[in-house]
Amino acid sequence: MKVQGLTIQENNMGLLSDPNRRRALISMLTRLNAPICVVCYMAGVAWFMGLAFEPFTLRTYMSENAMGSTMVEERFPAGERALATGREFAAHKKKVGGMPVDWLVKTMQSQGLEVFTQRFSRTLPFPDENKERYVVEGTNVYGILRAPRAPRTEALVLSAPCSPGNNNNQAVGLLLGLSQYFRNQIYWAKDIIFLVNEHDLIGMQAWLEGYHHTNTTGMDWSPLQGRGGSIQAALSLELSSDVITSLDLVLEGLNGQLPNLDLANLFYAFCQKIGVLCTIQGKLQRDDWDTASGYSHAVQTMMLMVLKQASGRPWGDHGLFLRYHIEAASIKGINSFRQYKTDATTIGRLLEGMFRKLNNLLERLHQSYFFYLMPSLSRFVSIGYYMPAFGLLAVILLLRALDLWVQLSALPSRTEDGIADIEQSGPGVLSVLTPLVISHLTGVALYTLPIRSQEMAVEHFPVFETEAVVLTAIAIYTAGLALPHNTHRLVSGEGTEQGWRVLKLVAVLYLAVLLGCTALINFSLGFILALTLVPLAAFITPHVPKLLSALFMVLLSPGCTLFFSIFFFQELQETPVNLQEGWVLFLSVISQGILDHSLYGSLVYPLVALLVYPCWLLFWNILFWK
Amino acid sequence: MKTLTLLSLISTYVLVSSIGIEDKAGQFFGSGHTNNWAVLVCTSRFWFNYRHVANTLSVYRSVKRLGIPDSHIVLMLADDMACNHRNPKPATVFSHKNMELNVYGDDVEVDYRGYEVTVENFLRVLTGRLPPSTPRSKRLLSDDRSNILIYLTGHGGNGFLKFQDSEEISNVELADAFEQMWQKRRYNELLFIIDTCQGASMYERFYSPNLMALASSQVGEDSLSHQPDLAIGVHLMDRYTFYLLEFLEDIHPASTTNMNDLFKVCPKSQCVSTPGHRTDLFLRDPGSVLITDFFGSVRKVEITMETINLTSPVEQVEDKPVDGDLQRETHSYVDQLPVSEIIHQKPKQKDWHPPDGFILGLWTLILLVFFKTYGVKHLKHIF
Repeated sequence: MKVQGLTIQENNMGLLSDPNRRRALISMLTRLNAPICVVCYMAGVAWFMGLAFEPFTLRTYMSENAMGSTMVEERFPAGERALATGREFAAHKKKVGGMPVDWLVKTMQSQGLEVFTQRFSRTLPFPDENKERYVVEGTNVYGILRAPRAPRTEALVLSAPCSPGNNNNQAVGLLLGLSQYFRNQIYWAKDIIFLVNEHDLIGMQAWLEGYHHTNTTGMDWSPLQGRGGSIQAALSLELSSDVITSLDLVLEGLNGQLPNLDLANLFYAFCQKIGVLCTIQGKLQRDDWDTASGYSHAVQTMMLMVLKQASGRPWGDHGLFLRYHIEAASIKGINSFRQYKTDATTIGRLLEGMFRKLNNLLERLHQSYFFYLMPSLSRFVSIGYYMPAFGLLAVILLLRALDLWVQLSALPSRTEDGIADIEQSGPGVLSVLTPLVISHLTGVALYTLPIRSQEMAVEHFPVFETEAVVLTAIAIYTAGLALPHNTHRLVSGEGTEQGWRVLKLVAVLYLAVLLGCTALINFSLGFILALTLVPLAAFITPHVPKLLSALFMVLLSPGCTLFFSIFFFQELQETPVNLQEGWVLFLSVISQGILDHSLYGSLVYPLVALLVYPCWLLFWNILFWK
Repeated sequence: MKTLTLLSLISTYVLVSSIGIEDKAGQFFGSGHTNNWAVLVCTSRFWFNYRHVANTLSVYRSVKRLGIPDSHIVLMLADDMACNHRNPKPATVFSHKNMELNVYGDDVEVDYRGYEVTVENFLRVLTGRLPPSTPRSKRLLSDDRSNILIYLTGHGGNGFLKFQDSEEISNVELADAFEQMWQKRRYNELLFIIDTCQGASMYERFYSPNLMALASSQVGEDSLSHQPDLAIGVHLMDRYTFYLLEFLEDIHPASTTNMNDLFKVCPKSQCVSTPGHRTDLFLRDPGSVLITDFFGSVRKVEITMETINLTSPVEQVEDKPVDGDLQRETHSYVDQLPVSEIIHQKPKQKDWHPPDGFILGLWTLILLVFFKTYGVKHLKHIF
């Protein structure tokens, strides 16, 4: 009877508590770990590439009931007058040598708007060589069209940048033409703010900070005298020619944030209604999705969006609005060699239609997706469809962690649970701390030193400040490679086999959490980092051939990933660069990244310097474990 | 002069006698109602539901034109269209595109406006259970000789109607409200018109007598909007009510159009959805019911010099007193139809449930098998 009772008990045990089954499961896990990891990686990449395949995407549609269809009558008549205003603006801009503040204030006041100005100034941490500025001082001018019958609780924004030279004059002209036309209508339920910002993103940041009474970046600005209620949506206009052939929509904003998909849907719906050619990422739509060239076109468009989103910088003046939960997009007019041209009146009508529909909104745009990828302007992939690609890559890290855990518990010859192991590897866990601390200190050095030591570098070396900063960053990055040789004396690994395994377990889990959090906020950045770092993390041990794997590690490190992405990005935009130009671009991208962080609060540079790079250094340490 | 009046009198006499005064008298008392009421409800708010307000206001306009005064109309609207900040033509609500017809006018009297249009208020109006402080204009003061027109429009679904984006009224509630009205003798006959998606589901559950119902679409169909106006930027009307309004524009207080014509309004070719109607609870033949019995307030006045013999519609049955008790006069109303005959709809059983005894037997079997296999000694662990 007793034996019978025992057998019954064993059969009723769970999968993991039965020692026999547990052993079988664990051995299967250890045997098949590497093949499953490889399969998962290929599946993740294949899933991602399949996202651009048209049958797997969804057609875009208007989700917001209040906005409805494009049923509105656009009657904007004054395109030519707007262009004339633009030419006047250009003349005054040239005369003043910057922003013609008085002329703008006078013009807007004569139209009946409430006009206010804002002065701002900012000293960049080091000179910006792309835009050739170091100490920036400027003025923003904005006019508020008060809704005739509504309370001042909500607002819409139309902005055009005041750019140096001959750029964006027509944009400001069209903005003034629209403001005059809008002033004569009575159906506005929200205030409309017409903003002309100087020094593009810096001016926009100053205006937004002033409007929302926040000061996150240490800029110096005068407070705003006039306000219009909470902003529901914003459109930024860039137009540099009298006639255009197509309109390009730019969605990517700061830190990879995107506006609500309904804004893009609205734009596309009006493009179709009015008959203007509209593009995204500068690429036209194609109908032949079942051919190879059609599919590669869609992949290229999607990859451009992924790369732009991963860079974390705002790709238009609208990019800074998104942080305040204001749905915003930039519309760029492009004049290329095409026969069919669109004039300013049509663009004005398109903007009028969009604003009338945004006027109908009762709440902020929230019905459609906030996280999506667009292989073309009429197709989208939502987060539910693209996240599994990243999930498959993250699973590899978890499998590896399980494998290491199994190995760690198998090393001492007892088969009990991990409690005994932890007691034994007490000093082992502490020994992991040393590489962790050292790597993170290097990361902190990479984050803080370049800017702080630029004066010292300029003294001792014949370089400019920008070059000094960038080259210091690269130097610290490369210096980290020498760490294991110099610090292994401090590391007291007790029983080397166990030591590096514990370190790798910690590093793999750390990487998994880091990449997971990044992918949630900025999927593109998380995915690109995962593509390069996950194979590294999975297969690095001290026992692989050192030279070859060191080469691979360097090639797959975040710095080189950035380098290769630049070449890829230029290829996708159909302006390929050679090695030298690529190197110059690489340096400028690093400096832009550091500047973006200090000017607008972009998080890519701190993330890479403080978290991703130390993680990579941990794996480098594992590779050279003695 | 005198000869003229004499001649006219003679001709009238001849005319009247030739028609058959008895038939006309029969027609005269055919409907049995003495006053008309209308309860017009628009259950939506917000600018993009412009068309529901326009629907309700067009029916209001027709009903007023045909004679029902504001004191006998309970109009429930969110009333945020005419003065909406987005209205390019303030103080107007148009029902035809190109702004042909302004149904808001300058004499609209809205009884329940804004957030007062709730399910609770609607049901209280119908059943008469209002607090004593409610003003007269917000009450439905109907009696047992009133014909009531109830018009509902908004967003609806299968078995419910959405009120102001925050609550719903179900078809069962509505049917019960009508039954309360019948038991309190608050109507003589009731015409119920609903213009929403799947509107026919709202009258499926009615079980009180003298109810006639019309809906703009069947269950599973959507009622479609009509009249897109680009200048205002919204749809101005729904299809069914648009064609209903066109039909009603031809009705005048003396017209003899009957309900069968109303049922033909907006066939599938015009409405895209299939309008439905329900007349099985109605006592009279729909062909003999005039439109103006519900939509208008026709004062029945006929001048005649003849004497008419009115036969009593109700025959008193003589009760022979058995015990010599006092005979009490029984007042009898129009025959109350036995309710069991009316409720011919059985609750639809969506899922088939096996009979209860079967389930009990099944569980007993399972328990027996369990104890057989594992031994009876386990019983003590359970009990």
